[in-house]
Amino acid sequence: MKTGTLKQILLITDGCSNQGEDPIAVSALAKEQGITVNVIGVMEQDVIDDQGLREIENIALSGGGVSQVVYAQQLSQTVQMVTRKAMTQTLQGVVNKELQQILGGSQTVEDLPPDKRGEVMEVVDELGEKVELEVLILVDTSASMKHKLPTVKEAILDLSLSLNARSGDNHFSVFVFPGKKNDVEKLLDWTPRLESLTSIFSKLTTGGITPTGPALREALSSFKKKRSLRSLISRDDEQYFEESV
Amino acid sequence: MMMNNTLKNLSNITAGTIVEGKWHKNRYVIVKELGYGANGIVYLAQYLNQYVALKLSHNGMSITSEVNVLKSFAKVQGSTLGPSLVDVDDWIRPSGKVSFYAMEYIKGPDFLTFIQQKGSVWIEVLVLQLLSDLHLLHINGWTFGDLKPENLIVTGPPSKIRCIDVGGTTIQGRAIKEFTEFYDRGYWGLGSRKADPAYDLFAVAMIMINTAYPKRFEKTSGGLNQLQMMIRQKSELQKFEQVIIHALKGKYQSAMEMRKALIDGNYAPAQPNTSKASKVQPQKQRSKPAVQQQRSQVQNQTGQSRQIIVKKKKKRHALETTLIVTTLSFLYFLYIYGQL
Repeated sequence: MKTGTLKQILLITDGCSNQGEDPIAVSALAKEQGITVNVIGVMEQDVIDDQGLREIENIALSGGGVSQVVYAQQLSQTVQMVTRKAMTQTLQGVVNKELQQILGGSQTVEDLPPDKRGEVMEVVDELGEKVELEVLILVDTSASMKHKLPTVKEAILDLSLSLNARSGDNHFSVFVFPGKKNDVEKLLDWTPRLESLTSIFSKLTTGGITPTGPALREALSSFKKKRSLRSLISRDDEQYFEESV
Repeated sequence: MMMNNTLKNLSNITAGTIVEGKWHKNRYVIVKELGYGANGIVYLAQYLNQYVALKLSHNGMSITSEVNVLKSFAKVQGSTLGPSLVDVDDWIRPSGKVSFYAMEYIKGPDFLTFIQQKGSVWIEVLVLQLLSDLHLLHINGWTFGDLKPENLIVTGPPSKIRCIDVGGTTIQGRAIKEFTEFYDRGYWGLGSRKADPAYDLFAVAMIMINTAYPKRFEKTSGGLNQLQMMIRQKSELQKFEQVIIHALKGKYQSAMEMRKALIDGNYAPAQPNTSKASKVQPQKQRSKPAVQQQRSQVQNQTGQSRQIIVKKKKKRHALETTLIVTTLSFLYFLYIYGQL
C-alpha cells in the first residue's frame, strides 16, 4: 500500500488571532493540499476564552486534524499524543479508501464486523511505524506566551524523541509568529533532528500581535518549496500523496 | 488529564442502562463507572450473573487496537498479567455508534493503595511477581509500555498483581504507543522510546521509587543524578538502590535478570561466574537465549530497514550526480563543437 509522506502542521497557541486573513480558511486550504493541521491551545490557571477555544477547534476541524486545550505542564504528553492521533487518523483515511476500492460503496473499517477490524488495525499500526513524516511546528510567540516558551521547547524536543523511535523517517521544521520583521519567521529549516533548537529558542523575543492566518499560509508554502526543490531532480512527486481523508 | 468532549457523552451513563451489542446481541447492564483513560471510559457491568468490565469509546480503532493486544496476551502461555477478553461489539445509541469490549473484571486496590494498607514488605513480593509476568510478555516479543501503579491492581487472597490497561503494549522494536512521563525513560533523558525489555524495567524501577514518593515529584535537573538523589533521601529505598539504579541505566537484559538480582540481593547484573544462587541459575539459563535471540532479531530488522533507506538515498544521489555530469558534459560538448 502506498501512503507517501504524511504532512502535518502543529500549531501551538494560547488564544485568538488578531491580524491578517482567517486562519480557518487557510487551514481548509491546507487540508485540500493533503496537509493536516493540528492545534494545541496552551492554558494557564485561567481558562481560555470562548472565542479562542472555538477558533482552536475550528482550525483543527477544517484542517482535518486534532485539537486539544491543555495546561502548560501537560504540553509534552499532549503534543506527542495529538501528533500520533492525527497520523493514525490520516492513515485510517488511506486504508478506508483502499477498502472502498476493494469492497465498493462507502464501506469503512468501522462498518466491518469487530473481528475483521483487528487485521486492518494491524496494517494501520505498521504503517504508522514505517511511514515518512513531515511535521512543521508553528509556535505563537505573542507576548502572553513569553513564560510558556521554555515548556514549549521541552515539548518539541520530546516530540522528536517519540517520533524518532519509529523506524520511518521524520522531518521537522519550526516557525514562530510574529517574527522579528515579518508576520512569521523560520527558526529551523527541514531537518531530521531537533537538538539544535535548544540554543535558538532561548534567544527568542516575543511580540504583540497574533497573525495566525498569515503564519499558516507561510507554513503551507514551506511544504511546497520543499517539494518543488526535490522534484526538480528526482521524480519524488509520486511519493507525496495528495488527498488524505 | 482533561476529558475531551467525546468522553463527556460517555461519562453519564446511568446505572441500569442496558448496553446491547449490534453484532453478537449480548446484553450488559451497567452497574457503575470504574474509571477513564485517554481513549475511553470503563464501566462495571453485569452479564449473565457475572461482573465484567466494559470499556466504551467513540474511537473504534483504539478499541480494536486494545482488543488486538488482549488477544495476543491470551496466546502468552501462563501469563495472567492482563485481563481476559470476553466480547467485542458496537452499541448503537441514538446519538451515534459506540465501540466497546467486555473483559474480565479485576477487583482490588491499586498498587500504591495496597502498599499503604499492608506495608512496604509487600513491595518486593509484588515487584517479583510483576517481573515474572513481564518476562513472559517479553519473550513473546512484546513490551508493556504504559506501566504505572494506577494500572496495577492487587487481587487476592492470595495476593497477585494484575494489570488493567494494556493500551500501551507495543511490539518490540517499534515506538512505544502510550506512556506516562514519570515512568518513561525518554522523559528523564535516560534512553529512547523504542520498545525493548529494558523500557519496562525502567518503569518498574520508577514504580519502586514511587512507593516512597506516593505523590511523585517534578523533574528538575532530570537524568540519573536527580533520581539517585531522590532514592538516597528515603531509607526504605536504600536496600533496593543498586537494583533500581541498574534498571534505570538499562543494564538488565531481561526481567529475569532483574528478578534474580532482587532475590540474590547482590544487585548487580548477573555475571556468569559471580552468581551464588544455584537454584535460580538454570531457570535463567533457559530463558536467556530466547531473549537474546529476539533481541538480535529485532536488531537485525532495524538494521535492515536502515540499510534499505541508505540504499534508496544513495540511489537518489547517484541519479542526481549522473544527471549533473551528463548535463555538464553535454554543454561542454556543445561549447567545443561551437569552437570548431
